[in-house]
Amino acid sequence: MREGLVFNFVSLLIVAGAIVVMIQRARGGLEIKLRSIAGIDAIEEAVGRATEMGRIVHFSPGIAGLDGTTAAQTFAGLETLGYVAKLVARYGARMIVTIRQPTVLPLAEEVVRQAYMAEGAIEAYDEDSVVYLSSEQFAYSAGAMGIINREKAAANILLGGFWAESLMLVEAAFHAGAISICGTAMIAQVPFFVAASDYTLIGEELYAAGAICSGNPIRLGSIAGQDLGKLYAMILLVVGAVGATFGTNFVADLIAR
Amino acid sequence: MNRQDLLVVITAVIGLIIILAQFLNVDIIRNAGAELQSWGVIIAALALGLAAVNLSRIHIRRITLRRANWQFSIALVALLFIQAIIGFIDTSTGEVYNFGFEFILTPSGAMMFALLAFWIASAAYSAFTARSVDSAILLISATLVMLGNAPIGQAIYEGMPDLKDWIMDVPNMAAQRGIMIGAGVGAIALGIRILMGIERGHLGGGDE
Repeated sequence: MREGLVFNFVSLLIVAGAIVVMIQRARGGLEIKLRSIAGIDAIEEAVGRATEMGRIVHFSPGIAGLDGTTAAQTFAGLETLGYVAKLVARYGARMIVTIRQPTVLPLAEEVVRQAYMAEGAIEAYDEDSVVYLSSEQFAYSAGAMGIINREKAAANILLGGFWAESLMLVEAAFHAGAISICGTAMIAQVPFFVAASDYTLIGEELYAAGAICSGNPIRLGSIAGQDLGKLYAMILLVVGAVGATFGTNFVADLIAR
Repeated sequence: MNRQDLLVVITAVIGLIIILAQFLNVDIIRNAGAELQSWGVIIAALALGLAAVNLSRIHIRRITLRRANWQFSIALVALLFIQAIIGFIDTSTGEVYNFGFEFILTPSGAMMFALLAFWIASAAYSAFTARSVDSAILLISATLVMLGNAPIGQAIYEGMPDLKDWIMDVPNMAAQRGIMIGAGVGAIALGIRILMGIERGHLGGGDE
């Protein structure tokens, strides 16, 4: 075991174990009830609005790639892209997915194509609906803002890892008269999304969005497992705070192992 | 075993090796993890070619169908190919090759980043209105933080910087850490769903 990572590894096993147990319990028939998340509920409304107005739905799975610590956000965005694409195919709306990372492009194309196939509307699938713009952050944001503005997007769905372009994209959508549903786990960008978009998925809500949209009880089981993981973190926080109050840093020492 | 099941198995095996390589001091696993990450770099390079094909296909179609603003597509496709040809002749370290990056792309990027200040002002104008208790709290705390960061804040009230520090270090930090912990656990749950093949949205959807 690498030095200083023993506690991290044990914690990962505990949290992962709790999630797997809840997935198995959901497989066994345990009914999981989750609070509704306004941003997820609003996706269908936004797609319906775009359909009625005859305007596009703009979707971005973020500008992060498929490696490193932000990759999970890209995957979370792609999971929800499937749901959004199905709604778009079902309602006969138009969608443009803008991509910054070349590695994300084939995945996004496959997700959208499969969504149209699942809805029995493959003939309506437009190969140009998934657009690679640029690997350069601000060239990408300028391109995406241009599309939102020129096409007068009616819905702007941004779910994934975003950096400084987050506010630009939301404000461009605001000026185009679009409803914006945004989600990210990038701490520095959450305030921008909260301030400027209509609905915001914060942190874990982004990761849960795909599972919640699917309505699949097994996937929902993992969300219940997440709550057990958070309970573990809360116990550590409370024990650590009480310990520190009484002058002992044993939790901090434990974490450093 | 269908195509998706095969992809799930490959994802699970590679994912586990990469995770274990972060924690275990076992040479074979660490070497395998490093090797797989190198493969990732190669796949990313191939994907860049795929992206160039996507970009060319879309814009060549725009030109042939004379869609709105098709003239810009000519500029994009022409520059894409010209820059690639220059790269082959001049190499990626050459002066001519880097001219476009240094004198067009970098200043354009800086200009876009500078525009962010105006977008922030625009967003603040629409967001910072006391329509509800939540937005009123946001408005008041944002105003106090701005005043705490500016010399005029200290001129109005001496304790303004301390108040700003308290807002940033206590409620703001508590909320940030809460979001970070939730997001961390959420990322683990998503990873497990993907490794177990329960979540297949990135493979085009479908269930187990």
